[in-house]
Amino acid sequence: MNSIAMSNKITRDGLWRNNVALVQLLGLCPLLAVTSTAINGIGLGLATLITLVLSNTLVSLIRGFVRNEVRLPVFVLIIASIVTIIELLMRAYLYDLYLVLGIFIPLIVTNCAIIGRAEGFASKNSVGASALDGFMMGTGFLFVLALLGAMREIIGFGTLFSHADLMFGEAAKSFTIVFNDNYPGFLLAILPPGAFFGLAMLIVGKNLFDERLKKKAAVIDGLPDIV
Amino acid sequence: MSSRQILISGLFLCIFAVIGTTFVAVTEDSTREKIAENERRVLLRNLYALLPPAKLDNDIATDTLTVPASVLLGTESPSLVYRARLQGEPVALIFNSIALNGYSGRIHLLVGIYLDGSLAGVRVVKHAETPGLGDAIETQKSDWILDFDKRSLAGSRPGAWKVKRDGGVFDQFTGATITPRAVVEAVKNTLLYYQQNAKTLYE
Repeated sequence: MNSIAMSNKITRDGLWRNNVALVQLLGLCPLLAVTSTAINGIGLGLATLITLVLSNTLVSLIRGFVRNEVRLPVFVLIIASIVTIIELLMRAYLYDLYLVLGIFIPLIVTNCAIIGRAEGFASKNSVGASALDGFMMGTGFLFVLALLGAMREIIGFGTLFSHADLMFGEAAKSFTIVFNDNYPGFLLAILPPGAFFGLAMLIVGKNLFDERLKKKAAVIDGLPDIV
Repeated sequence: MSSRQILISGLFLCIFAVIGTTFVAVTEDSTREKIAENERRVLLRNLYALLPPAKLDNDIATDTLTVPASVLLGTESPSLVYRARLQGEPVALIFNSIALNGYSGRIHLLVGIYLDGSLAGVRVVKHAETPGLGDAIETQKSDWILDFDKRSLAGSRPGAWKVKRDGGVFDQFTGATITPRAVVEAVKNTLLYYQQNAKTLYE
């Protein structure tokens, strides 16, 4: 496979075909727990994205000389170090967001998607491809977290991007969109079941879309025969 | 696998542990001050929400007293009391108390009490109550908790320190009585604790 085809495939797999959250269904614990608002989702998504890029790059760098029998503990060590460093940096520079996401940051270590990409991709591919794979897988995950957070926030609170100042500073207070001042709120969307329903809807949506694409492709494939 | 290979693998893992730990240690060292500063900033923000900065002139975050675990404060380990003073004279105390019988777990409170035994105010620091129902104890969600301001044990009739459903003066929330009941109880107990220990707390 040439490098352009390869990076196209990595991009498609990460963002859509093999999406961490919608297809592999990995990392569900943080996904379901923090997505009560869009900003929380984006915050955890970004932290996971950074972790994935760094861990994939480092794992790929050492793939040539890491001994097979200790490879998994070494990967875990790398991931745990990265996540701890990210947590410390967040506490130093994004403290208010850290207060909200709190325990879910250390839990990134246990996100199977990260060790999965390290073992399944980065340990067998070049540094560039691995970094791209980490970025695309992370972006796919971030995209689902943000979307699910936005859905639950709109339905549950009637707002979007509330508390944006936690991540982007005071100036971001105006990012908040209030759809209806007297919105009574819809509790189910904010509570844990809402996360399951929301994720289920997103998976249904993706599968429906894929099916339609496939049908269209089948029709096009079938054309020459008809003509 | 020969013992030589085992040794090499072990050494390899060891080297990675050292490298990883080094990076974490360096980051920890360079962010420590900044993190402590952040924690102090948030603490002061919480304390000043109860007591306007104009009412005190001491460094309230460091003028603290450690009090032993107490049933009235709901604490199981020693906790900190912050002391506000103006020109050396006692003004108010802020207690860390815990409401134990919330709907889901403990509700951590800051309770500010003036020298005369009236409340400077109450704020929720940490809780896990149901979003949309029990979380009306947060100031961002409703003004309910401001109802405590200026109240005292001496200024209330017996039995007043309950939610309305139990014959008291405090509102409950629609669909959530347990949460406000727990908070009212905890605040009342903190006031009792202050009454019993007032003399020693400013020393």
